[in-house]
Amino acid sequence: MTQPIGELWVYLSASPLLGLTVTLLAYQLAHGLYLRSGQHPLANPVLIAVAILASLLWLTGTSYETYFAGAQFVHFLLGPATVALAVPLYTQFRRVRSMLLPISAGLLAGSATAIVSAVLIARLFDADLATQASLAPKSVTTPIAMGIAEKIGGLPSLTAVLVIFTGVLGAIVAGKVFAIARISDPAIRGFSLGVASHGIGTARAFQVDEQTGAFAALAMGLNGLLTALLLPVIAGWLFQ
Amino acid sequence: MLAALSLLLVCQLCGEVLVRWLALPVPGPVAGMLLLFLLLALRRGPDEELRSTSQNLLKHLSLLFVPAGTGILLHLGRVGEQWLALLLSLLVSTVLTLLVTAWVMRLCTRSKP
Repeated sequence: MTQPIGELWVYLSASPLLGLTVTLLAYQLAHGLYLRSGQHPLANPVLIAVAILASLLWLTGTSYETYFAGAQFVHFLLGPATVALAVPLYTQFRRVRSMLLPISAGLLAGSATAIVSAVLIARLFDADLATQASLAPKSVTTPIAMGIAEKIGGLPSLTAVLVIFTGVLGAIVAGKVFAIARISDPAIRGFSLGVASHGIGTARAFQVDEQTGAFAALAMGLNGLLTALLLPVIAGWLFQ
Repeated sequence: MLAALSLLLVCQLCGEVLVRWLALPVPGPVAGMLLLFLLLALRRGPDEELRSTSQNLLKHLSLLFVPAGTGILLHLGRVGEQWLALLLSLLVSTVLTLLVTAWVMRLCTRSKP
């Protein structure tokens, strides 16, 4: 009886089917909990799904590489999803065009703040150089951030994790932060969320309404562009 | 859905090619987003199919970050040693970024005539 189950496990653990299936199941479970909590920001579905999957892999002694062989099909969709952000952006374009000055100024200030504050705070608490460099691009979306981290001496796979946690943290705290700072304009709320927490902030913003989401999507795209151009320069004097 | 999904992939592919060909510092998908935006401007908006497909894809945007997030398993040692620096850096920097962006935007909106 144990023999066939052992063989079955050998087959399943070598096939991408399992990694893909558990990713979808863990996310649906996490999303169900999120809905049941009344979309409470602390019940962030990414956070819960990652916790479930990491525990599962750890308990079964499965390597991340084996898991990713299946999960890469989900990871791949980040590309087309980024392209799809053009649609809400287009529908909100009239509002965007009327806010060119606040958008450019907010983007520059926010992008620089995200990079410099992350590195300096980590340095203050004795993080090593590789960790500091991995933190620098934390506010831009995963594929961009990983590319930048590689260029400036960070660890791309660590950056991917830090990017995700930045997104989750932003989605958790944004509502409280905006309430305390009395920021109520959906365009400003959305744009700030997109600058600080890229796609995960954008996902949260789309749950509020389409305008907030569209501005978050715009901010995520623009901050990705700007950080890709700016960070190699800033890194020159941050890590001299 | 099939035509819309193909359009998204074609835009991404053109974006990737363009970025590599011109050696742009921008990631391919972001260039693809700009291309699709230009296309929508030319066509005066998305058709119903593209609208619903992108809406469905974006509705589950969070899911797409899960595989990369699970990569924390590769860095448990480093995260365990430097967790305080990482946590404070992420938390404080994220709150600061939210506030600075929002304040600067509000300042510029108000100063406009």
